[in-house]
Amino acid sequence: MEINELKEIAKQIRIDIINEVTSAASGHPGGSLSSVEIATLLYFDIMNIPAPDDPDRDRFVLSKGHASPLLYACLCEKGLFPREELLTFRKLGSHLQGHPDMNKVPGVDMTTGSLGLGIGTAVGMALAGKYDGKKYRVFALLGDGEMQEGSVWEALMAAAHYKLSNLTVFVDNNNLQIDGRVSDVMSIYPIEDKLRAFGFETVVVEDGNDIGALRSAVTDLLSRECPGPRAVVARTTKGKGVSFMEDQAAWHGTAPSREQAEEAIKEIMEG
Amino acid sequence: MAEMKATRDAYGEALTELGRINDKVVVFDADLSGSTKTSVFKKEFPQRHFNAGIAENNMTNMAAGMAACGKIPFISTFAVFGTGRNYDALRSSVCYPKLNVKCVMSHAGLTVGEDGATHEMLEDVALMNALPNMTVIVPADATETRKAVLACADIPGPVYIRVGRAKTEIIYGDDYDFVPGKAHVIRHGSDIAIFAMGIMVAKALQAADILKQEGIDCSVVNVSTIKPLDREAILAEAEGKKGVITCEEHSVMGGLNSVVCQTLSSAGLGVRCVPVAVMDVFGESGTADELLEKHGLTADGIAVKARELYKPH
Ligand SMILES: Cc1ncc(C[n+]2csc(CCOP(=O)(O)OP(=O)(O)O)c2C)c(N)n1
Ligand SMILES: [Mg+2]
Repeated sequence: MEINELKEIAKQIRIDIINEVTSAASGHPGGSLSSVEIATLLYFDIMNIPAPDDPDRDRFVLSKGHASPLLYACLCEKGLFPREELLTFRKLGSHLQGHPDMNKVPGVDMTTGSLGLGIGTAVGMALAGKYDGKKYRVFALLGDGEMQEGSVWEALMAAAHYKLSNLTVFVDNNNLQIDGRVSDVMSIYPIEDKLRAFGFETVVVEDGNDIGALRSAVTDLLSRECPGPRAVVARTTKGKGVSFMEDQAAWHGTAPSREQAEEAIKEIMEG
Repeated sequence: MAEMKATRDAYGEALTELGRINDKVVVFDADLSGSTKTSVFKKEFPQRHFNAGIAENNMTNMAAGMAACGKIPFISTFAVFGTGRNYDALRSSVCYPKLNVKCVMSHAGLTVGEDGATHEMLEDVALMNALPNMTVIVPADATETRKAVLACADIPGPVYIRVGRAKTEIIYGDDYDFVPGKAHVIRHGSDIAIFAMGIMVAKALQAADILKQEGIDCSVVNVSTIKPLDREAILAEAEGKKGVITCEEHSVMGGLNSVVCQTLSSAGLGVRCVPVAVMDVFGESGTADELLEKHGLTADGIAVKARELYKPH
């Protein structure tokens, strides 16, 4: 797909994220917005998903499950459910639960929300694919704060041990978690050195919200002959695209007011 | 309308109060200090507050190590991550060695609301109750939370205190005398005994008011210490009643209903005991009130059960 088309999709997804959390009056805009380019690239340029229940489809695990508004917006843009449904996010009876539920939403490959677990399930999916001799690939998206969970490193160790060349892990390195900067709360740096030491073929994208740069880096990484798993460390801005949310821990899990949402959407459309 | 306050808010304040009188108290959080309210303690005692990052298991082990060196660590996060993710650490590093770690976990139960099933912890009391050496306290309101937090520093060994996100009714005045291990009989009645924990105590009192008008006279007992359980109070209040109801914002498996039924049956009391609880299902997204309503965790829900028990079979 043309970069300009991807950029247009990313805009729509940002607008949908704002509409979801505003209608729910709760949810997580910051970490949803920071990963928009990563998810857009995967869903609209890289992953092969003929149907959401195709056993040979590529899989995506949103290990940072609180970014559910982003995942729902991508699946909606894919045409898996109508746009109006996004406005039922987090409401009683909705398919669109606060955190993704694989039994409720077509296209959600794994139930997540408790940090540090999704990555291990992605390793399991990749292991199953390898075992069955299937061609599908597995992609997982981790938060940088999430990397503080010990279970993440158990999963990464297993991925290298089993030489899961069909697994690619994205780290949304926005350097924010709930209580502040990741580097202040509990440093996980240097991330890329740790990933390499754990056996991952790793690239760093200095502006992970530049979809062109992200695509070149990811395409190059995926084309490499590589005996084991791969990782993309994307330096991003939390809240990207909405200036009053950008790089603010306070917008991790707070919904905008109607007026703030209007302002946000205006900025996204003009951007 | 009664005054409302979240028990987590009372926790943050009481913890800070405790910090002033006991310099052995240190606090750990796992990237949720604003939500658990340990941020209030951190503001006054920044050097005694440690953020473990999103690493609940390690937080628990670090607290055990601190306790082994004479500190009184309080650890806090959401109840789901602070009893589930770290269960083995609580078991092997805290409860088995009887270390002085106080676990105050917030966002328990359905009243978490919109975050949904992954965050709505309904099994924490079951898990904590199953651990030998653990004291388990579920305060009914903000007043009792404060008293429990202050009291738990003097209880040797591990303690679990369950607090919540939502603003809930304050039922006790400052003159209330909280004694760990003692159930509090709030009102005596002759027909039905209602045992409740946590936010369900206020709803049990409302139910008793509704039922009184219909001529059904209920006891209401706040069983805030689940372990050690006040068996005498439970048996004394259940004796001679037409039925017993247990009320909890928790799964029916392993919580208040389980411990009350065990108590009644082992004493040979042949009284019926029915649960108002979450019936072995996960939660979901919705507002706190919608979810409580859906699961019958309301005064009306309790009254319905009472009427069934009261009418002659
Ligand atoms: C095991 C676990 N502990 C705590 C939480 C609460 N929580 C939700 S999001 C979050 C911060 C996540 O930070 P990060 O991974 O950096 O995500 P991002 O910045 O991309 O939003 C926390 C602590 C959780 N969901 N799961
Ligand atoms: Mg982050």
